[in-house]
Amino acid sequence: MSRNNRLVFAIALGVALALGTFLSPFASSSPDGLEKVAHDKGFIEKSEGAPAWRFALMPDYAVPGVSNNAVATALSGLVGTLLVFGAGLGLVKVAARLRAPEVPDDSRHD
Amino acid sequence: MHIPDGMLSAPVNIAAFAVSTAVCGVAIARANKTLHEDQAPQLGVTAAFIFAAQMLNFPIFAGTSGHFLGAVLAALVLGPLNGCLVMAVVLVLQCLLFADGGITALGTNIFNMGVVGGLGGLGMFHALKVLLPDTRGGFLASAALASWASVVMASTACALELAISGTSPLWVVVPAMTGVHALIGIGEGIITAATLSVVLASRPHLITSRGSGFAVSTYEEA
Repeated sequence: MSRNNRLVFAIALGVALALGTFLSPFASSSPDGLEKVAHDKGFIEKSEGAPAWRFALMPDYAVPGVSNNAVATALSGLVGTLLVFGAGLGLVKVAARLRAPEVPDDSRHD
Repeated sequence: MHIPDGMLSAPVNIAAFAVSTAVCGVAIARANKTLHEDQAPQLGVTAAFIFAAQMLNFPIFAGTSGHFLGAVLAALVLGPLNGCLVMAVVLVLQCLLFADGGITALGTNIFNMGVVGGLGGLGMFHALKVLLPDTRGGFLASAALASWASVVMASTACALELAISGTSPLWVVVPAMTGVHALIGIGEGIITAATLSVVLASRPHLITSRGSGFAVSTYEEA
């Protein structure tokens, strides 16, 4: 990939990381649309049991053991964004790997 | 709109899971043939951006917030199938790492937000593009309106599932969900248009052909 494009992707990833790390602590903590409707219309208790999946590392977007809420959220955003980025890369690796090997393309001048 | 465990009945979750699996299966089979390893950063960054943006809840009215969905953005930048896959990746990680969305409802969340939001929203985009001028402004307006529609459609699907599950009556939950998300969707439209605007200004060829008319049509190196 050209250096130029690599830079663009790096910047875009940087923006995502900045959003997830530095802006996330300032996000509204009000319940989202579904949660609010569930409260108002009386079915929120249905979700109040423990989740079926018990191995969430950062439930509710807070790194456990960090006393400052803002920092806990920021860290969860940082880690989460990186992991999602990695998962996206991994998805392409897995999805593309079963393809037959490509004939080299002479038109690419990287 | 991430549905937790316990709100939907098993048949609803199973049916939605089946549809999501089928769509993702088709998407992966297609990706096997067409996806190039060079596109890894494009998908990774799109997923990362959508995840991060989804963390940024914005207030709607007293006591309620909304957040970005990103399904139409993903579909426009990556195409409908890869867009669904990226949404699925985000939702799976949100469920497993953050307990955002129940694992029993994971297939349903992927269905609502990825399939209905993404594919439905993209369909709306194409319908709008026919009506609006074939210009940058027309493209962005179509994207904004389609994004708004995707949030409304996804929330309506969610409301229907809640009603079918017996969690809440149809005439209560559909207006409530659709109403709130009609407002949240405004944020979606603005964020989508703003993001696409930036992508268009820097790397228009990153918007794949299925999403755009006037922008450069195939994925190619600058």
